[in-house]
Amino acid sequence: MKAYNYILLAVFAGVLLYATLHLPERGDVNAPMHREFNEAGGEVAGNYFIRNAYRDAATPNMVTVVLADYRSFDTLGEVVVVFAAGMACYLILRRREEA
Amino acid sequence: MNWKIEIVLYLLLLANALLALGVRNLLAAAVAATAFTFTVALLFLSMGAIDVGFTEAVVGAGIVGVYFIAAICQTTRKSRD
Amino acid sequence: MTNPSQSPIVIVVSRSLARVIQLFGIYVIIHGHYSPGGGFQGGALLAAGILLLRMTEGMEGSQVELPTALAMPTAALGALLFAVTGMAAWIGGGNFLEYAGLPIPGVEAVWLRHYGILVVEVGIGLAVTTALVSIFDDLVGKGDHG
Repeated sequence: MKAYNYILLAVFAGVLLYATLHLPERGDVNAPMHREFNEAGGEVAGNYFIRNAYRDAATPNMVTVVLADYRSFDTLGEVVVVFAAGMACYLILRRREEA
Repeated sequence: MNWKIEIVLYLLLLANALLALGVRNLLAAAVAATAFTFTVALLFLSMGAIDVGFTEAVVGAGIVGVYFIAAICQTTRKSRD
Repeated sequence: MTNPSQSPIVIVVSRSLARVIQLFGIYVIIHGHYSPGGGFQGGALLAAGILLLRMTEGMEGSQVELPTALAMPTAALGALLFAVTGMAAWIGGGNFLEYAGLPIPGVEAVWLRHYGILVVEVGIGLAVTTALVSIFDDLVGKGDHG
């Protein structure tokens, strides 16, 4: 069991280091996420966000605009997941007085 | 400059993981896992993902550690293997 | 864990530290437009402050902060605040969660979106804070073991 844990740790550390070696350089303008158009020729979504976030919502922090405005349905799902976790713990673990 | 800090952080990550696996006292293992999560948050910061790093630090190091400690207090404090 | 700590040093330090953590949590929620953070992070910080008091002052001593029975209803209220904001924008003529359609006359679309984000962040903060505290209360329980 103990050896299995260490083998698992070594495998995950290897995967992590392998993936890290292939990350693009910081601030590389030719990295895939910094391109204006993707391989298929469509506009990259981050490009739109960077250009229009302040103009649309008067908010300097564009991460907030993406989380709470452009992609707010995703955040709604996130809140519902947290609420469902709390509800599950409430229904299963809460000790009630016998009525 | 940046890559030197990151190598130190990766080594710290491995050290924390080894500590969390090797310690027999489960409370110490939970603290080591919390330190692991905080190191991951620092790695996110060094990559420029400040919001992700903030979430990781708050949830991983603040809340999940408390849940671990609550679970350990309810069960047993010694690991069997 | 549910009993109060015996050491006065732990009690005094945790009381003052918890207030600082909660103040920082409120700052992170309100200031999410201008600095990293937002509803989820700020709510988790508020929950961390309450959980610190739960661990040091005991379950009974920290009920003033957030009563256990009130936790899940408040979480539902926060999630509902989010959903109702989206529904209001829908009724006002936009899409679901498109805050520019909120039915408030005399405010520009840009500022409607600005304050719509703020309302939504407060809703997320409420839901996350109370849901995390409720999970902790259910895990520990009211029993006197541990």
